[in-house]
Amino acid sequence: MKKTMYEKIWDSHFVHQEPGQAPLLFVDRHLMHEVTSPQAFEGLRMANRKVRNPHSILATMDHCVPTKDRDLPIADPIAKKQIETMAVNCEENGLNLYDMESPENGVIHIVVPEHGFVHPGMVVVCGDSHTATHGAFGALAFGIGTSEVEHVMATQTLPQQKSKTMLVQVNGVLSKHCTAKDIALAIVGKTGTAGGTGYVIEYAGDAITALSMEGRMTVCNMAIEAGARAGMVAPDEKTYEFLQGKEFAPKGEAWDQALAYWKSLLTDEGASYDTIVTLDAADIAPQVTWGTSPEQVVGANGVVPAPDTFADAGKRLACEGALKYMDLQPNTKMTDIKIDYAFIGSCTNGRIEDFRDAATVAKGTKVAPGVTAIAVPGSYNVKLQAEKEGLDKIFKDAGWEWRDPGCSMCLAMNGDELKDGQRCASTSNRNFEGRQGKGGRTHLVSPAMAAAAAAAGHFVDISKLG
Amino acid sequence: MEPYKKHESIAALMNRNNVDTDQIIPKQFLKRVERSGFGVHLFHDWRYNKDGVTENPSFELNNPAFKGAKVLVAGDNFGCGSSREHAPWAIADYGFNTIISTSYADIFYNNCFKNGILAIKVSQAQSDALMQEIAANEGVKFIVDLENQEVITPAGNGFKFEIDPFRKDNMLSGLDDIGLTLKHEDKITTFEQQHKQRHPWLWT
Repeated sequence: MKKTMYEKIWDSHFVHQEPGQAPLLFVDRHLMHEVTSPQAFEGLRMANRKVRNPHSILATMDHCVPTKDRDLPIADPIAKKQIETMAVNCEENGLNLYDMESPENGVIHIVVPEHGFVHPGMVVVCGDSHTATHGAFGALAFGIGTSEVEHVMATQTLPQQKSKTMLVQVNGVLSKHCTAKDIALAIVGKTGTAGGTGYVIEYAGDAITALSMEGRMTVCNMAIEAGARAGMVAPDEKTYEFLQGKEFAPKGEAWDQALAYWKSLLTDEGASYDTIVTLDAADIAPQVTWGTSPEQVVGANGVVPAPDTFADAGKRLACEGALKYMDLQPNTKMTDIKIDYAFIGSCTNGRIEDFRDAATVAKGTKVAPGVTAIAVPGSYNVKLQAEKEGLDKIFKDAGWEWRDPGCSMCLAMNGDELKDGQRCASTSNRNFEGRQGKGGRTHLVSPAMAAAAAAAGHFVDISKLG
Repeated sequence: MEPYKKHESIAALMNRNNVDTDQIIPKQFLKRVERSGFGVHLFHDWRYNKDGVTENPSFELNNPAFKGAKVLVAGDNFGCGSSREHAPWAIADYGFNTIISTSYADIFYNNCFKNGILAIKVSQAQSDALMQEIAANEGVKFIVDLENQEVITPAGNGFKFEIDPFRKDNMLSGLDDIGLTLKHEDKITTFEQQHKQRHPWLWT
């Protein structure tokens, strides 16, 4: 039988199915951060259970950590306790942790690929919905809840129902200034935030294979914004080149053995998917969201839609609510919307390529009066690399703050947040109400779009920059 | 986990689509290292006035008729966004043990059943009828009978619902998933050894 990559990975990790119960799936890699793990460790302790495979776990601290004044104690006592709890839990269980002082510290979905911890064909979980990021390596990677975190620690397996498969085919060539982020947003705009519910997405097509590994990670990262728990891209030479020589990548003879296996994972010619969605890359303009759901998105050359342009009653209602929250009038040009804040970072756009893209646009500009702009590298390694390339200087000269790594304003748990009514050009992944601070208004964009908006004080259609 | 028993409870109405987990439990409340105490923060940004303390009277769940509700009838795609299990913890801690919607985000749906929350899926027509019934008779009580997979309402909008038999059994017995899985520990160990032989580089 011809199989998709998802089905091959599923089959090779199937452990057992008891009649009437969900199949048990084996888990190769378990990623962890401080927010969704403490109650799982507490559960293990209460049941007197142990972590079955400590070597399968890599942990970091990212959600709560400050991105400045790191040498000072954490001001928020509850965040401090969460950080301390993480350190104790990892120590007690012998887990590999990149704590706040580690030079390897950063956002979990940035540091894991930096160390080659995820390979093609693996099953990867994390108590974090953006775990889909690692599907860029041809792995089955998905987010789980804290009870499941505990389950995986205790058993190295997870009861799972098999998903349906969706092929998202992005054909053709992206226009200049358009990036992986624009592809990701355009896909969510097309499928809606529930379009992928119950599916695992495989991204394919010329525009996807043309992306760097960083770009593929950005696209897979936002699979969950289309409702899909996992997104994946077939591994190819770029994948292998990225992994070779990394700390946790196979070495020597094992590399050759692994490579042969990885090459066998590709979806068989003629295998069928439950649903196919097709986009033409040439039709994708630089994207900006206007509402409070990632599916509420238009091109930078577009306008804020009017509720009555939606045929669906639910979408019309959602549009009305979003316009009220976002304080926007229908038919306003996106380029007329002024911003107070710009944020570059997050597990979606906190990689070196993102800062290179943004620096190209930020170079020689000044942040507009009244705008605060912060650049938050996804890890210390990204920060160091950017500094080697002189990118930090470009941002600082333009008036950007150059911070230490963390999730920062993507979900605003660490004190980096918008004030009520402030509007932000953000490279993160969710524009939900209050996500970046109560009353804050988020517009999701690519790093280059955020840099252009910071300089102009309003959104800019960067496709016109030449 | 408490076993789920048949009950007759007030059904509250939240007629909004795409209610995300950032709304269910905003991030500033995710820093606790315990599972309990999240109910007071449920729907915080909608539920409280700007002072963060006094109740916003226009928020639907602050409707006095819905006090003590155990059943929440909600719009489409409920629980989208983050994987945070703090969302079902907050919902359960507030007092709900049943949600009725046309659709849920996958991770949230799984998380509900791990925390004694019965998430029932209904058709659009059923959802519309239930919403109308509550709107016309605020404080109305529904009977939820998991054993017979049935919801009964005074106006006759009751229905039978589908549920995965494994989830149903666990809910009815209050069983621990991990304990169930560990019954197959020998199979896991055998699989692990074979997996290791096939992919030795994973262990180096």
